[in-house]
Amino acid sequence: MSESKKALATFQVNGEPHEVAFAPHKTLLEVLREEMNLTGTKHGCELGECGTCTVQVDGVPILSCLCLAVDAVGKDVRTVEGLAQASELTPLQHCMADLGAAQCGYCTPGVLMAADALLKHNPKPTRDEIKEALAGNLCRCTGYLKIFEAVELAAARMRGEKAEPSKESIHGS
Amino acid sequence: MVLDQPAGRVEDGKPAAPWRHDAKKEDLKHIGKPIRKVDARGKVAGLTKFADDLTLPRMLHMKLLRSTVAHAEIVSIDASKAAALPGVKGILTGKDLPIPFGILPVSQDEHALCPDKVRFVGDPVVAIAATEEEIAWEACRLVDVQYRELQTIGGIHEAAATDEPRLHDYGVRGNIHRLENLEFGDLQDGFARAEHVREDTFFFEGNTHLPMEQHATLAHFDKDGKLTVWSSTQTPHYLHRALARTLHPLPAHHIRVVAIQNGGGFGGKSDPFNHEVAAAKMAMLTGRPVKIALTREEVFWCHRGRHPVLMRSKVGVTKTGRITALDFQSYLDGGAYGSYGTASTFYTGALQTVTYAVENYHFRGARFFTCKAPCGPKRGHGTPQPRFALEVQLDKIACDLGLDPARIRLDNLAPRDSLTANFLRIGSMGLGACIEKVVAGSGWNERRGKREVTKDGRIRGLGLACSSYLSGAGLPIYWNGLPHSGVQLKLDRSGLVTAFCGSTDIGQGSDSILGWIIGEVLGIDPLGIKVVTSDTDLTPVDLGSYSSRVTVMTGNAAMQAAERARDILQKGVAEKLGVPAGRLVFADERVFDAEDPKKGMTFQEAIVCSEARFGTIGTVGSYTPPPTAAKFRGGGVGPSPSYSYSAAVVEVEVDPETGIYRVPHVWMAHDIGRALNAAVAMGQIEGSVYMGLGEAMMEEMAYRDRSHKGKRVFVHKIPSMLEYKSPSALEMPKVTTYVIEDPDRNGPFGAKEVGQGPLLPMMPAVANAIFDAVGVRVDEIPCSFEKVFAALQAKKDGKEGRYGPSSGADGVPVVDFGDSLKIKTPWQGGDGTAWNEPKREKKAAK
Repeated sequence: MSESKKALATFQVNGEPHEVAFAPHKTLLEVLREEMNLTGTKHGCELGECGTCTVQVDGVPILSCLCLAVDAVGKDVRTVEGLAQASELTPLQHCMADLGAAQCGYCTPGVLMAADALLKHNPKPTRDEIKEALAGNLCRCTGYLKIFEAVELAAARMRGEKAEPSKESIHGS
Repeated sequence: MVLDQPAGRVEDGKPAAPWRHDAKKEDLKHIGKPIRKVDARGKVAGLTKFADDLTLPRMLHMKLLRSTVAHAEIVSIDASKAAALPGVKGILTGKDLPIPFGILPVSQDEHALCPDKVRFVGDPVVAIAATEEEIAWEACRLVDVQYRELQTIGGIHEAAATDEPRLHDYGVRGNIHRLENLEFGDLQDGFARAEHVREDTFFFEGNTHLPMEQHATLAHFDKDGKLTVWSSTQTPHYLHRALARTLHPLPAHHIRVVAIQNGGGFGGKSDPFNHEVAAAKMAMLTGRPVKIALTREEVFWCHRGRHPVLMRSKVGVTKTGRITALDFQSYLDGGAYGSYGTASTFYTGALQTVTYAVENYHFRGARFFTCKAPCGPKRGHGTPQPRFALEVQLDKIACDLGLDPARIRLDNLAPRDSLTANFLRIGSMGLGACIEKVVAGSGWNERRGKREVTKDGRIRGLGLACSSYLSGAGLPIYWNGLPHSGVQLKLDRSGLVTAFCGSTDIGQGSDSILGWIIGEVLGIDPLGIKVVTSDTDLTPVDLGSYSSRVTVMTGNAAMQAAERARDILQKGVAEKLGVPAGRLVFADERVFDAEDPKKGMTFQEAIVCSEARFGTIGTVGSYTPPPTAAKFRGGGVGPSPSYSYSAAVVEVEVDPETGIYRVPHVWMAHDIGRALNAAVAMGQIEGSVYMGLGEAMMEEMAYRDRSHKGKRVFVHKIPSMLEYKSPSALEMPKVTTYVIEDPDRNGPFGAKEVGQGPLLPMMPAVANAIFDAVGVRVDEIPCSFEKVFAALQAKKDGKEGRYGPSSGADGVPVVDFGDSLKIKTPWQGGDGTAWNEPKREKKAAK
């Protein structure tokens, strides 16, 4: 409520300090979106059910709707806005865009943060490992297949391989 | 009936240029190529703005207090305590918004806030705006609403049996909203000629769209008296009309609707919604920007999803499986309001004839009002339910007659370039090719009926089913003689081409098709074209993203605008170069002489020289579908410029003890005329497979009907994403996709709809595959594990191995449909009118 005291804290988000005054019961999701205007992180349920609000805290994908903002103070928070370096998208972002893995694009930031974390510790994930890593990110548009393919393609390119999407995935069998 | 002269696209009285629909693939630079979508990079960078991402200075947050009872009169509303809460800036109740609205002119039965009566748990009653979201919630809790409860109407049978109380004071009678009764041909003769007749009863429980984005709206009323509404809507034009109606006397041209990027729609954001109207009114009342972002639970109350439909289907066939007559009844649970329900009712009877030739056809449809969140259009709108029934029934007939389910379908295919019994005009028809592809790919002939056992003791089965879907509705939602889609092009001397169009991208790529088509016609890079869409102040009307209409309708409008721009540039360049206009080629960002390619200029120079000659360059294009052949009352639902086709084979592995099954592999073929973009078309097909799988296996908008302290409590069973089960990444099977391209004359470059059709065969194919594996029938969707188990148990107990609604007399409600409208089929010499129809007054349609 309006009369409640606000907390003042400095968050480390995408490598930059953000000093924010916020109601201490606010979630990390709310503080990112409403106090820092980092609206790239979306919400689909605010109950920890859909994975849409996934961000990375110290490299680990978490549901920002279930994390109190105060618990993220002093930690390294990464959101979708922090993936691209200057004007250059990451290979994963490029592959997602080129393969059509983002249809409406609403689950995309959460998927990216979960998949980016996977690729950090597993440069050559199997299809099953990708499915497992993304099992908590619901997507209603794509049927997940273009997302899986984009993660596989990005992983190959990040390993330095000259990979292209398969003909079947673009034109069908 | 096969048409002598296929009805092609006509433009300015002349047939459209043939190169457009049957262009050779190798002659197309951009069409069909996997170019990324115009908005793809913004989306992966997290830069795309959705409605809840917008904020304005001094913005208020609005919340809705919703009904806690299923059916009641509102006795009193006391909001004095809420009004006294610091931070509360505005309170609205039903009396502030007295004008009703609704998507269809025939069912203007909704209010932004219920004025006198609530009809389901979740119906909005009070709107409160405050400086903070939490204050608005707290204020809602302080409002005291007194209800006088009325009898709950809980479902189809109950609604049919309860004349009083009525949910609405309009409709046919009692709680029947609509009754339709259409008879094409001679049913008696058709059944008399049948050598085998089957009657089956099916039930399809409703389900919801579950878009990842919760609906949100931001409204701003400026000091000049102009209103702007940014909203997650698939139909900004219809929202614009609803706002102009409900906010009277605010003139329509003082209202601007911006359909901001939709985070998924699937039909769930196609109605004008109460929260949109209330936010607009609240902005006018308070003079401050007002935002409402719905909670996930509230998204379930918005619903407008798949109708629960009870169906009884009687079909007659010859020994070889040729359909001689079909008698189809559908009973729809409409929920609390009309929504698109009138159209949904007709759609449960419209497209049965487009896949298979049905000589004689009788359709009866009834829609009921019940105390549930209102049903409406979800991907496939009204056609997946009857499609499930028909495709399972065909499987049963094939089984009865010892025929191959694939063969029986191939033998019954509706012919291309023909009129169906109900006067739908079929153009290109690639269903045969679709069936052949999935049969070959899945090893259907070798593997079906083999009941292979997996390592973990499950039994494999294969099931096949087909479908068709519209490429947009042939008629608009409100009667008018205006185009369905308009595109404006602006050619700037910098070389920039900007396309303005009212179409709305919901993730399917409609913004991008503008670029691909215009880029192809003008010979320029599609990603260099700027696209401005879905803003009623800036863009010409397009009716919206529903019924898969955008590819064909917006596409044709874009094509016309681009061709007109090309004509202007052609003249300008021809004069400048002294080359005949007809010899000029537009390609690779250049305009040049076909006979001497070096002789030419850049596309930008072409604009400059043409602008110097003719003045500022802008063109328009528009599209109106061809007139429909169906002239009888109700014939407005079903006609379309073209129909897509799909065929699927689904593989299941069923545990014969528990009924638990998994779906490891799906083969899906989709005839889309032509893929405007290969990768995007693939994405639409895969998304359909996914969504259909969810409907087949688990998704249901089910209600809890309990008694609590002697009172009936009727609420949604599971209004959360955790409990409303939908498939996750782990459940997604392997999908082998076949894109079939049978170009249609009415489509831009021959394209038809993509992405609704392939959802439909999933549900019947799963049910048919379960039968193939373990020999039981689940005649109900979702085909959940419990139902398979129940059918297996019944079989073990020596009863019929079936789960589904009663096939006896009590299976469907007793409804007096009255006399049918009788329509002679084309092959009986019919002209599309009903011979016993009372005279109708001519509508404004031209």
